[in-house]
Formats: sequence, C-alpha cells, structure tokens
Amino acid sequence: MLQPSPSGAGRGTFASYITGFVLAVALTLIAFILVMSKALSFAGTTVAIFSAAVVQVVVHLHYFLHLDTSSTERWNVMALLFTGTVLFILVGGSLWIMFNLHDRTMLF
Amino acid sequence: MSMSASELQHYLFAPHPEEEEATANASFGFWIYLMSDCILFASLFATFVTLSRSYAGGPTSQEIIHLGHTLEETLVLLCSSVTCGFAMLAMYRRQLRRVLGWLAVTFVLGLTFISLELQEFLSLVAAGHGPTHSGFLSAFFTLVATHGTHVTVGLLWMLVMMAQIAVKGLSEPVQSRLIRFSMFWHFLDIVWVGVFTVVYLNGVL
Repeated sequence: MLQPSPSGAGRGTFASYITGFVLAVALTLIAFILVMSKALSFAGTTVAIFSAAVVQVVVHLHYFLHLDTSSTERWNVMALLFTGTVLFILVGGSLWIMFNLHDRTMLF
Repeated sequence: MSMSASELQHYLFAPHPEEEEATANASFGFWIYLMSDCILFASLFATFVTLSRSYAGGPTSQEIIHLGHTLEETLVLLCSSVTCGFAMLAMYRRQLRRVLGWLAVTFVLGLTFISLELQEFLSLVAAGHGPTHSGFLSAFFTLVATHGTHVTVGLLWMLVMMAQIAVKGLSEPVQSRLIRFSMFWHFLDIVWVGVFTVVYLNGVL
C-alpha cells in the first residue's frame, strides 16, 4: 500500500467555510477600524494590524485551503514552512540591508 | 463497445483510485507553484517597503489611499473566496447547476474587485500620479497590479472552467482542474491580506 498521496485541497464543509468567513471578516474589520479610528498609538496599531494579518492568513489556510497537520497534508505543510523560511530570509534580509544602507548613506 | 447509461454513470462518477492519485499529485504540484508565486510576491513586497517613503516630491501614501475603497475591495474578494468554496462543495455533491451558479457569482465578485482596482488606478493616472512619478508609485503599481493581473487570469480560468463544465459535465479531469482553480483563487485572497495590510493600512498610519 502506498503512502497517502499529497493533496493541496482537502474537502471543506459548509460550516468550515462560514466559520472561516466570519473570522476573516472580523479580523479585517478590526484592522480597518483600528487604523481609521486611531484608537491606539502608532506602535500599538502597527503591531495590531500585522498580528491580525498573520492570524487572518492562518484562518484562510485552515478554513479555505483546508491545511492541517494530517498525514495527507504533510508535504503541503512542509512546502509551506520551507517557503516561510525563504520569505523570512528574502524579505527580512532585503529590508535589513536596504534600511541600513539608507541610514548610512541617505541615498534613497 | 457501447456502455449502458448506468455503466456510463458508474464510469464517470465512481471513484477511480488512479485518477484520485493523479489529482492529488497534480494538486501538490500546483501547491508548489503557488509557493513559488508566494516568493515572487514577497520580493515585490520587499521592494515596496524599501521604496514606500521615496515620494520624489510626488504624493505620499496618505494622499492617494482611500481606506473605504480598499475595505470595499477586501470584502468583495473575501466573499468571492467563500462562494468559490460553495462551488467546490456543490462539485463534491455532483450538483452541476449549482457549481455553475456559484462560479458565476464568484466571477461577478472577482470582476467587481478588478473594476474597483482599475477605477483606483485610472483616477491616480488621471491626477498625474502614474507609476513613472516616483519610486513609491512604481512599487505601488507593480505590487498591486501584479495581484490584479493574477485575479484577471483567475477570471479567464473561471470562464474556461464554466465552459468545460457545460460541455463535458463534472468529469474527473474537470473536477481535478476545478480543485486547482479553487486553490489559486483562495491563494490570491491570502496575498490580498498582505497587500491591504502592508500597502493600504500601514500606508496611512
């Protein structure tokens, strides 16, 4: 018997799509309202909207793309984690270098 | 050799282990493509953040961003993600008309998103704030329009799938393609979460 094949699309249910939708709308509205109302300080708002975005991405991955830790999804999750590592190096590294250069040279 | 109607029904709709495995492998391959697309978007995000204060005497992000408009786009795209999910649920239940119906709703929502985005772009260009004006505007147009181009390709893909469903019915290959289409569509909504947070919300802070 072969190992369960990798699959990028587990099956959702009506309830899972509705749950995902409600959570996503709530997270979106929280982020927009925080920015529009200026209720928090600059730093507080920044942390809040980026946290809301990260949680919303997880909500989309779980409820819309049905990613979980089951064995059929294992390679999808592995590929996602690897991509996350590449993103961290690519974006983090670029911003570190470019802002450092900016501070030292004021060229752009 | 001819098949009776019930044999044909069985051939078309009974689970075929080889076909299921082919679909699973194709989905995984498509997932790898989506991950590589993610890296493309990440490099555009890094470019945008680097140039996000390079106004070159042109408009600042506070001056060109209208959050109400962005919220509208965001909710429209989010709804289209859910209706795309409903089309998939109908597909697993072999409800051909419902699949077509939900795909049509998804198409209209996607088209609404693209028209809202084009409206924003055209009003910026009309005001003389086109992509050539500053580093910030170049990065803004490149990032947002790359996402918009993906959505447009998704709309074309949806039309092709609706035609295939109408002509071929919900055969195994058509279902397999629909699964990959839904992955693409949900992925675009995830990228948009990054766009509205980094470009729009963070831009007016």
